[in-house]
Amino acid sequence: MDVISDQNWLLSVGTFLPLAGVLVMLLIPKKEELLHKQVALGTALATLAVGIYTLIQFDYGQAQKLQFYADTEWITVIKSGYTVGLDGISLPLYMLSMVITVLVMIYSWDHIPAPGNPKAFLILMLVLQTGMAGTFIAQDLILFFVFFEVVLLPMYFMIGVWGGEERQYASLKFFLYTMFGSALMLVSFLALFYKTGAASFSIPFLIEKGISIDQDVAIWIFAGMFIGFAVKVPMFPFHTWLPDAHTQAPTAGSVILAAILLKLGTYGFVRIAIPILPQAAVKWAPAIGILAVVGIIYGALGCLAQTDMKRLIAFSSVAHMGFVMLGISTLTATGINAALFGMVAHGLITGMLFFVAGSIKERYHTLEISRLSGMLHQMPKLGWILGFCAMASLGLPGLAGFWGEFPAILSAYSPAPELSEGLFRTLMVIAALGTVLAAGYLLWLYQRTAFGEVSPEFASHGSPAHSLGAAANPDHAADEHHDDIHDVSVLEWIAWAPLLIAIVVLGLYPQLMFKVMDPAVTELVKVFNK
Amino acid sequence: MLANEAAASAGWFLEHAYLIAVIPIVGFALIIFFGKKLPMQGSEIGLASMVSALVLAVGTTYQWIQLTGEGHEVEPVITSWTWWQSGGVEFGIGQHIDGLAVMMLILVAFISTLVQIFSLEYVRGDRRYTHFFASITLFSGGMLLMVLAENMVQLILGWEIMGLCSFLLIGHWWEERANSEAALKAFLTVRVGDIGLLVGTAILFGASGTFSIAGLNEWATSGEPSHTVLLWASVALFIACIGKSGQFPLHTWLPDAMAGPTPVSSLLHSSTMVVGGVFLVARLYPVFHTGLDINVAGQTVNLIAVIGGITVLIAAGLAFVQNDIKKVLAYSTVSQLGYMMMGLGVGAWVPAVFHIFTHAFFKCCLFLCAGSVAHTGSHHSFDMKKDMGGLRTKMPITFVTWLVSTAALCGIPFFSGFFSKDEIIDGAKHNGYTAFFVIGLVGAFMTTAYMTRATYLTFFGTARGAAAGHDAHAAHDAHDAHGEVDHEPVHHPKGFIFATESPALLVVPLIILATLALFSGYLNAAPFHIEKFHHWVESSIGVELPEAAAFEWINALPSIGLVALGFVLSLAMCKAVFGDAPSPLKGLTQRNKALGAGHAFLVNKYYLDALYEKVIVHGVAHPVAKVAYWTNQHVLDGIVNAAGIGGRRTGEWVYRNIDQRIVDGAVNGSGAVARGTGGALRPLQSGKVNQYGALLFSAAAVAALVLVLVNS
Repeated sequence: MDVISDQNWLLSVGTFLPLAGVLVMLLIPKKEELLHKQVALGTALATLAVGIYTLIQFDYGQAQKLQFYADTEWITVIKSGYTVGLDGISLPLYMLSMVITVLVMIYSWDHIPAPGNPKAFLILMLVLQTGMAGTFIAQDLILFFVFFEVVLLPMYFMIGVWGGEERQYASLKFFLYTMFGSALMLVSFLALFYKTGAASFSIPFLIEKGISIDQDVAIWIFAGMFIGFAVKVPMFPFHTWLPDAHTQAPTAGSVILAAILLKLGTYGFVRIAIPILPQAAVKWAPAIGILAVVGIIYGALGCLAQTDMKRLIAFSSVAHMGFVMLGISTLTATGINAALFGMVAHGLITGMLFFVAGSIKERYHTLEISRLSGMLHQMPKLGWILGFCAMASLGLPGLAGFWGEFPAILSAYSPAPELSEGLFRTLMVIAALGTVLAAGYLLWLYQRTAFGEVSPEFASHGSPAHSLGAAANPDHAADEHHDDIHDVSVLEWIAWAPLLIAIVVLGLYPQLMFKVMDPAVTELVKVFNK
Repeated sequence: MLANEAAASAGWFLEHAYLIAVIPIVGFALIIFFGKKLPMQGSEIGLASMVSALVLAVGTTYQWIQLTGEGHEVEPVITSWTWWQSGGVEFGIGQHIDGLAVMMLILVAFISTLVQIFSLEYVRGDRRYTHFFASITLFSGGMLLMVLAENMVQLILGWEIMGLCSFLLIGHWWEERANSEAALKAFLTVRVGDIGLLVGTAILFGASGTFSIAGLNEWATSGEPSHTVLLWASVALFIACIGKSGQFPLHTWLPDAMAGPTPVSSLLHSSTMVVGGVFLVARLYPVFHTGLDINVAGQTVNLIAVIGGITVLIAAGLAFVQNDIKKVLAYSTVSQLGYMMMGLGVGAWVPAVFHIFTHAFFKCCLFLCAGSVAHTGSHHSFDMKKDMGGLRTKMPITFVTWLVSTAALCGIPFFSGFFSKDEIIDGAKHNGYTAFFVIGLVGAFMTTAYMTRATYLTFFGTARGAAAGHDAHAAHDAHDAHGEVDHEPVHHPKGFIFATESPALLVVPLIILATLALFSGYLNAAPFHIEKFHHWVESSIGVELPEAAAFEWINALPSIGLVALGFVLSLAMCKAVFGDAPSPLKGLTQRNKALGAGHAFLVNKYYLDALYEKVIVHGVAHPVAKVAYWTNQHVLDGIVNAAGIGGRRTGEWVYRNIDQRIVDGAVNGSGAVARGTGGALRPLQSGKVNQYGALLFSAAAVAALVLVLVNS
């Protein structure tokens, strides 16, 4: 395995810098709320700066190689090393985690959810950042597992303490369900370790050795990893923790959950399960493809049945991740590229949708779709942002979402040589059907919440002229600063603008990401095209 | 490389034709960001970008005509840049300029410019004036991007941009539920068709390895692809065309799309959006031609011709029962699109494409006439029966332009529609598609009849409702009532007594369009042996088509006769039914059951809407989604919760019975004997069956895992 070891300290700094911020914050008294916010944001920004430096230093000509590669002894007794590295597959996600953390910090500046306590909230977020970034750089299974689990705890507390009314149930379910999956995953990791001669947990090493494992065994090992990752994605039928966790989580938590945490599962497939056990992946691919497409349709139907906006967005994740998994299951470069693109696009778009949902909740104190109406009147800018995100989410070409969906559909027409064309072409058609349902639930949501007249319940919060008949008053911009229902605030603009810009830029010029991922993915699928 | 060399000598405009699409798209962004701050609220940017696009399009057309010269084989001017690459495949974006693209470019740019001029006045004072111009500019930009698309992905991009803009424009007055529903319906119906576009593109790409339109066309005729692949691909793509071009059975969104402002309707129905589907068939004609065996000896039907033919008739039938003038025109568009499809289906490529060209002028003009009538004559009402009538003397210019366009639409000789539509009908006969020849004739008869009815109701008879100056306030409810806030008193004197002619900004586009409706047909007038248009576009066909029959007046007689018959019969009917004199025909549909049922069948649009909305949409949105969600909450989640509860119970049991009693007991040992005796007895009583069951289950799960590990 070719690696580039220049500047091998860079990834560790980028990953553990947030913990330094945590240490500082632990020493500051709880009541210094502003200082906590400053330190937390400062740390996140510093981390992002390291990330940007990484982005600049990354050798795009050799994106298929692990770069900034470091490999030192860690837990020698179980032969696990501290092995980290970054290639074209992990770079976009690594960056995304840093960007999202900063944006969430900015948004949280004046949106610390009840019961307050910014110190604890922000510390958890920084720990979360370390866990997420660490998962994307880990090149050792035990290290990966540790980071994968580190992510769980802060999120558990975020939902359990700062969540909605049913936070206890949701957080416990989230925690236990994911633990259940990762337990099986760990068993598989151990099995891999022993079947390859108990020499190392290093992923590059296992990729070399894994292919020699007997197929019957490999299928079972893959099964364990499959469940571990599928719960995290989440794939149908392991998705039921997701709507509860998303709905109950505070806005910041939902955004991180949607933008990054779901990607840990799909990333696991691409980074670990498929390259190490390609012989098992071929056997599992049809099942993954079918479950992915069931997820697309099923998630969309789930969305149509929702009465709560946040829950609807949560369910849409099941459908979108279905497209990602469909791309992965084709075991082709086009499919996996589409999946990786889809992961980032979904992170940007759904993250943005959760931001918007959070802001709507803050203003109206409800997300009941039937109670919201005419948002475009009361908050034209927020309304249009919601419309923009809905359009991006339903896969409008020219916006980022399309480049996750369309190539995934394309790739299903001609999957890897060993897979059944008939099956995958059927899946392709059903997945394409899912795009109509996506348009259905998103536009239906938009029609009910943004269009129409302001519902009488909230009309008094805005200018009364609007509830009477808009024809009489063409100037709807007059009441932007009224009461608790106001349009997008400056802080929200700062937090959202990068996401909105990224959705457009990646949509217009997808090459920005494809060129980073493509070499690494092409390398990865070589094994299927022999 | 070959294409590049050709491009080097093709001329500046041809090489830079992509700018025609880029300018309006940039214009859109400028309007969005700066429009509201400008003196004309952004409309100046929209208009400027359309005029620049038009200038470039004129230059492009001029150079294309020069390039075609006398020769027949002209290479398209293709430029392509890498857009993105994935798995070794490059996806490009660029331009594919040939006769078809050039024709569409100038058509779209021209019509869009006129519509924007018309809109300056028509939507003045609208609440979302800036939004309107932003959307309509992007709408044109999307269409332009699509017609010059170098490859399928770019085509999809333009296609979907139009879908988005149609959503925004149809739902422009989204305060009213009906409008937002029409917008949703348009987007979703087209989206249903788009499944075919995505799948068809995937099939073509999977089989040929290219997205390039030139590449695909060459590949389709090379004999390399299997017939099955081409058949599937063309069926899938045609589904997309059905959705976009409002063909049967997905035509139901088009008439509802009237909810948008009238300029939108006129743009959407003439040169953009709905023509998209026809354009796609014409663009990838080799794929369809080979895939569906068009013009193969002995073939008398094929998918495209059948769908087109059905659409001609059913839409024309619906046009008879509409009271809304815009809806008559909407169904007329659907019917005319059916003609175009039918033309492509029978191998009459040039007449079909020529019909796109001529139809754009007269249909745009008709819609703008309707807008002019509503704007000035009927106080924003589009109801012909209630608020119009007798307007010919009050609005002479609108009336004359309407009349010219109607004549063109009906295919009256020497008007433009005659030269295109009659050639389609003639082509059907000549190429052996007799059934479609008959359908074409019947369609021509019906077209004349319903247009006579609409003309009579609007411009003849006595003035009714708003047109007569009555009831002006009742008409406020009509759906175009929004634009009136800032209307200048000159055009709308207080009290609104008389309908007068519309202001110049409305009338000038009408005159220009009517002139073209009259004369544009002479670019390809078979009776006079003019084949200029044919010569300019023929290199785009890509396949060998049967030679068109030489024009004989005798062959045109049936259609001319039927048009005349349609006119006479319809006029007589109108006089009897809508005239002042008493007549036995009045209220016939109420008296005669069979006729009444037929009328109701038409009024209810063959119950297709009911099928889609009540059965399919409500089925999916309600029962199916509810059942799926119920399953989610009770079955899947039930298992999770049961596992959780079971786990907790097991834990409790283990804690109480094993941990506390045995393990902890041993640890605490004898030192805690006194404290433990009282509490330790209680857990003994809770040894219930289900707890043992849970334990057993957990043990089995662990055992299974161990088994797996040992076996490996």
